[in-house]
Amino acid sequence: MVTLTINGKQVQAEPGMSVLEAAKANNIMIPHFCYLEDVHQVGACRICVVEIEGARSLQASCMVPVREGMVVRTNTARVKRARKVLYELMLSDHPRNCLSCLRNQNCEFQKLGELIQISEFRFEGEKSKSFVDLSSPSIVRDSSKCILCRRCITVCNEIQGVGVLNVQKRGFHSVIGPADELPLSSVNCTNCGQCVMVCPVGALLAKDVTERVWDAIFDPHKRVIVQTAPAVRVALGEEFGYPPGTIVTGKMATALREIGFDEIFDTNFAADLTIIEEGTEFLQRVTAALTGKNAVLPMITSCSPGWIKYIEHEFPQELDHLSTCKSPHMMLGALAKTYYAEKIGVDPKDIFVVSIMPCTAKKFEITRPEMFINGMPTVDAVLTTRELARMIRDAGIEFQELPDGRFDDPLGFSTGAADIFGTTGGVMEAALRTVYEIVTGREIPFERLEVTPVRGLSQVKEAAIKIEGTKPEYSYLEGVEVRVAVTSGLSGAKRLMKEVAEGTSPYHFIEVMGCPGGCIAGGGQPKPTTRSIREARMRAIYAEDAGKPKRKSHENPFVAKLYEEFLGEPLGHRSHELLHTHYVPRGRYNELEGTRIPIQTK
Amino acid sequence: MDAKHAAQCQCGEESEEEKLARIAQVVDDFKGQEGSLIQILHLAQAIYGYLPLHVQQLIAERLDIPLSEVYGVTTFYSFFSTKPRGEYTIRVCLGTACYVRGGAEIVKRLSQQLGVEVGGTTADRKFTLEVMRCIGACGLAPAVTVNDTVMRQVNPDKLNRILEMCS
Ligand code: SF4
Ligand code: SF4
Ligand code: FES
Repeated sequence: MVTLTINGKQVQAEPGMSVLEAAKANNIMIPHFCYLEDVHQVGACRICVVEIEGARSLQASCMVPVREGMVVRTNTARVKRARKVLYELMLSDHPRNCLSCLRNQNCEFQKLGELIQISEFRFEGEKSKSFVDLSSPSIVRDSSKCILCRRCITVCNEIQGVGVLNVQKRGFHSVIGPADELPLSSVNCTNCGQCVMVCPVGALLAKDVTERVWDAIFDPHKRVIVQTAPAVRVALGEEFGYPPGTIVTGKMATALREIGFDEIFDTNFAADLTIIEEGTEFLQRVTAALTGKNAVLPMITSCSPGWIKYIEHEFPQELDHLSTCKSPHMMLGALAKTYYAEKIGVDPKDIFVVSIMPCTAKKFEITRPEMFINGMPTVDAVLTTRELARMIRDAGIEFQELPDGRFDDPLGFSTGAADIFGTTGGVMEAALRTVYEIVTGREIPFERLEVTPVRGLSQVKEAAIKIEGTKPEYSYLEGVEVRVAVTSGLSGAKRLMKEVAEGTSPYHFIEVMGCPGGCIAGGGQPKPTTRSIREARMRAIYAEDAGKPKRKSHENPFVAKLYEEFLGEPLGHRSHELLHTHYVPRGRYNELEGTRIPIQTK
Repeated sequence: MDAKHAAQCQCGEESEEEKLARIAQVVDDFKGQEGSLIQILHLAQAIYGYLPLHVQQLIAERLDIPLSEVYGVTTFYSFFSTKPRGEYTIRVCLGTACYVRGGAEIVKRLSQQLGVEVGGTTADRKFTLEVMRCIGACGLAPAVTVNDTVMRQVNPDKLNRILEMCS
């Protein structure tokens, strides 16, 4: 432990801590701005300046490590003056049109202003940047609002390992963006939205389509079907004052009904269905491999569209490792416009499907031509968790007061295996629960079905499961050790994919989710999303699972009925048509191959 | 610039493929060395004349770093150019002394005479017009550089002579 003095008080800190962190640990808050716990520490804004005895100039406290005997003052006239001028200078290059900004009242820059308090705009000057990039269906980039904190650069480069964003040009002309002012839609952006999650202002936003959804709801000729992803129900509450990790499934269902959706379905239903399809596909590949036929292993999950776009750019040669299963909400969309449309006798053209997702990449996914059926989109709009919260507020609904509602049949029932799809490791665990039981007729040998080695927030998790006591038809699997790996965040994916590309991957089955922690921390989730918030949401997901009477996808009676009435068998003809897809090898930088979409200038 | 890379022919007869192959070679030679990106960009600019996006892409790909990072570096340093450059780069100093003694007027005239904006290159690829900050030649104001030669106390007459000299 290091002992130092902050504002006349002797305090202890762990070696290696920054002055800012040491102060915080001792309940002294130093105003800061660009620093973001666990993510970003580069000293870009200098709002966190303090006086340190012995140092002539003010120091950025987020960058200075604690030293024994250090004497720090965080609140002197000099510090306050400096902080205020820095803030005013930042503000002088900001549009200040807060009332028309999506981040109004949820903006870190506004919060900083509240703390610093200015009574006039002293510095007025030329504004340095002014373009809006509307090219991506997922992410809107408004450079005029950017305050150059560089958090997005850290996230996109270091955490996601994609590297679409960086500082271009210098000084007053600096902008954060892709090379050569290329629009996001023509570079290798994965649409993961992790940059949106850390942007303190409205410079990076998920594209808002709530108006389109309202229009559909108000259109008397439209049957508007909504579905919600597993990770939404454990996070939506945060938008309405509940602590992270509160499960609000019932209130969410009621809110959706009050907003005016006609059917409230559950993406979880399709998650159970995914397990049946994907599990069967996996068994098929393993069978082929073990019986000397051609098979591409490891098989890799395909439900995360950010991950899909990433592999298409970075490892276009390896696309046949991907499961051909569509992501669950795309499956449900396809069923809504075929199976369900038939059932209720409505023309699919009059059906409008909305997916509520923790994800920004799914906004892009629905625009992929290979997702269309007969020239018709199967999901018409994707809303993030945050957009749903906006609609609930806009509709004047008192969320906390709502009674619990439920999903509609036949696409609303799900098992616990579907719930855990929302967190890293969940798809793998759900698949293992089902595959093991299909092969052996017995439950997977983990206490309470919890496949603990694939749970948690580590970047790469592994498990090896020995298959013993197979049913006669699977005797060739007797004694086989199935090796699986799970990763979340695209840097982890890169790690595992390098092995795959080199042919040294030791695994049979890999789960990849594009965002660190999985969908619970997706680019469409409530802000902020910190490590402890991820953990809380994850606990809630596992609690949902543990509380369900059925916890294995193959026990979902509505899925069984769907096969009976409509699909026939897993991987059958209809499944292939509706539930499976293919992938597009893209150039590493995409931007040089496609046409350039001109950036709209304000 | 080290001898190995500079000694080769730069007379402009080289084909596009040859230039790109040479740049690729440069990248491979410098790959893995600390701070090599700037050096690679220098050499690539010497080989290609300037650094268009596809050259930067080649460098990024071969170094296995994001294109946005490479582009960030080329647009940070003023000695890199992403546009084609003329045979002669004329830079007019706009430091305080040069400015008050007619630097701004010279920029205007040059721009008119050459028919290009500041930062632009003439259609015949002869001249690139740029401005610069104080180069410390305040006693010689207004100063203009042509490639790396400093021209002192430039007036309209002298300007014409300079342009003739280059043609
Ligand atoms: S959406 Fe993801 S990949 Fe695209 S710029 Fe943001 S962080 Fe990078
Ligand atoms: S876009 Fe947002 S996160 Fe990125 S530098 Fe600008 S303000 Fe910071
Ligand atoms: S918070 Fe320390 S420099 Fe920005």
